[in-house]
Amino acid sequence: MRLLRFAPTLTIAAFAGPIVAGLIGTLLPAFGFLPAIGGHAFQLGSWHALWAFPGFATSLQLTLFTGWLATALAVLITLGLMALLHHRPAVRRLGTLLAPLLAMPHSALAIGFAFLITPSGWLARGVSPELSGWTLPPDISTVGHPSGWPLVVCLLLKEVPYLLLMTLGALNQVPARAHTSVARSLGYGPVQAFLKLVLPQVYPQIRLPVLAVLAFSLSVVDVALILGPGNPPTLAVLALRWFSDPDVRLYFQAAAAATLLLGVVAASMALWLLLERAVARWGRAWVARGQRHGVAAGVAALGGGVAAALSALAVGATLGITLWSVAQTWRFPNAWPSAFTTMNWARQLGDLQRPAFTTVVVGVASTLIALVLTIACLENETARQQRGAARRGLALLYLPLLIPQVAFLFGAQVLLIRFSLDAGYFAVVWAHLVFVLPYLFLSLAEPWRAFDARYARTGLSLGASRWRVFWRIKLPILLKPTLIACAVAFAVSVGQYLPTLFAGSGRIATLTTEAVTLSAGADRRVIGTWAMLQALFPLAAFLLAAWLPRLLFVHRRGLA
Amino acid sequence: MNEVGVLRLDAVSIRLHGRLLLGPLDATVQVGECLTLMGPSGCGKSTLLNFLAGTLDPVFDSSGRVWVGAADLTGLAPERRRIGILFQDDLLFPHLSVGGNLAFALPADVRPAAQRRARVEAALGEAGLAGFAERDPATLSGGQRARVALMRTLLAAPSALLLDEPFNKLDAQLRDEFRDFVFRHARAVGVPTLMVTHDEADARAAGGRILHLQPMR
Repeated sequence: MRLLRFAPTLTIAAFAGPIVAGLIGTLLPAFGFLPAIGGHAFQLGSWHALWAFPGFATSLQLTLFTGWLATALAVLITLGLMALLHHRPAVRRLGTLLAPLLAMPHSALAIGFAFLITPSGWLARGVSPELSGWTLPPDISTVGHPSGWPLVVCLLLKEVPYLLLMTLGALNQVPARAHTSVARSLGYGPVQAFLKLVLPQVYPQIRLPVLAVLAFSLSVVDVALILGPGNPPTLAVLALRWFSDPDVRLYFQAAAAATLLLGVVAASMALWLLLERAVARWGRAWVARGQRHGVAAGVAALGGGVAAALSALAVGATLGITLWSVAQTWRFPNAWPSAFTTMNWARQLGDLQRPAFTTVVVGVASTLIALVLTIACLENETARQQRGAARRGLALLYLPLLIPQVAFLFGAQVLLIRFSLDAGYFAVVWAHLVFVLPYLFLSLAEPWRAFDARYARTGLSLGASRWRVFWRIKLPILLKPTLIACAVAFAVSVGQYLPTLFAGSGRIATLTTEAVTLSAGADRRVIGTWAMLQALFPLAAFLLAAWLPRLLFVHRRGLA
Repeated sequence: MNEVGVLRLDAVSIRLHGRLLLGPLDATVQVGECLTLMGPSGCGKSTLLNFLAGTLDPVFDSSGRVWVGAADLTGLAPERRRIGILFQDDLLFPHLSVGGNLAFALPADVRPAAQRRARVEAALGEAGLAGFAERDPATLSGGQRARVALMRTLLAAPSALLLDEPFNKLDAQLRDEFRDFVFRHARAVGVPTLMVTHDEADARAAGGRILHLQPMR
């Protein structure tokens, strides 16, 4: 019990220290200092080289356009859908429906989406040859389009469900139903009631996830590698390309690009917060006007329609990778494979085994470590009745979600190499832990804090030790949220691309790193197999998390 | 059964942020007696019970001593005090069966398994719930759940019993029945009992002394 007091410090130290060291390790070479590769003095040469790079301005523009558009649309679609559904019983089922989408790694979804939109993809097949007249795949640019629209749409496929889930959680924290009833009794429609009464209460609680979406959209690497333009790519991909170049002199330029991306993300967040204030000011005036009707309902309906279209795309993308993984022949313009086979899987089995094993080992290890640290922190909170400041300290946990990965992983890699810790399981598990821990904490903190302490007190008053109360009462009662949090964490680990690449120095392969590499040009049946397995693992974890408590507590309605 | 003796409170005071919330309070509860504490909301009744059970929130400062017989319980961990407590809610563990809830309370030295089962069945029989061991607590009525909660508390062989408004959430008829059930068993077990309530009828039914607490200014 006494050791619990060190849990928050240990948890923060486990990742905040290396993140800060990683940031410094990126900042120093950005200004020319990295003695190991000949950078002995501070200078601005890397910045000059960055400005002088022919595609730099386009790359920056593309980053800003895709990142901002994806975030703004994700927020608008989420709020539109919530405004339409918040008062309906169906909203409660939304969380269950979103789980499979959230479980799917970004890169698997990106591969599935690419299968949909390529000139020979399912969408083109759907209108060919009857409507389009295409008997051959058309010569049009989709995947890798210079505007970056496929990247934006794919980001929406993942970010809208994420924000919806966060908003659903926040809705439970406010008297949404009662306030909507009051507003409706005063003549407001449900959409107006949501936007004018519920949203102002809910938004502060989803601000952090929204900022995380903004940071992610501006700095995403794996999805941009699969769907984004290649020449020039987004800033994050550009930095990665230079970091991975055999010419080590490009490291300085890469570090400058990563540092610039950090600045872009920080400035974007500041601008977002300013825009929030402006919108809030306008919103207050809008509320004060007392209008009962307006365009809001129409806009919300549009948001709902777009959300429905996104759902269809996500289902199509998932079906696409499933079908390709078992397709024997699927010629254009056939809408369905003409023959199915299990040979795609059989042929890949040998290659899949090792990365699949690594994926599971790293995922389970990082999830278990994160679980122990999270529970220790939450139990410490309970034991010391911590509120306020101590909890705010743990807000640091969300740091990795707000900082571009490329901005600190390179520096962290330098650190790992310095201590000969790179390219091993330890390094990869730690790199995953940095991202797994915040999501596990986010998922588990609310149910853990909501646990009725009187159960524990009752156990203690019956003579059970604290340890026994924890194992026999608290953990079983909280088993379901604990397993769901573990499934979320495992899914986050399975989806990690850049942390695996950097910490593993390119020598540790997981399903995600292999799937992203294959997506650059391998046979679709091969890519489909890898993406399918990549998506199946997190899904299996979610199913296990949902099924195990039901099995264990099959006759316990109180835990339903 | 643990050593049973008089429950004694010596100069117990509880402060919140430096402000005196309760006390200094001296009280004794004889073996088999039920002392009722009454007072308006916010006067510190439930806080006092938490202090006695050893589960007082650290935001409170407390002083004074608690004795059961010759044993000084002050400073002991809650699980070492063996003070049973019954809350407004029954707080049956939802992941355990009715029998599992009762078995959880049985001291570990009750062996072998057959004897443990027999004790559980006997307790269920006393509660009028014979054959309910495998039932899910969620399928019981409010009155049945309340009776199981009391039997669970008593099976732990407490040296004193604290009642934190345990009848509040029951309807009138159930309330009368359960009240009789609780006091009958408390007297039968012969432990000192301290009850907190707002309800005069509860206090009368307890049949013991009544102590009125006033909020501190």
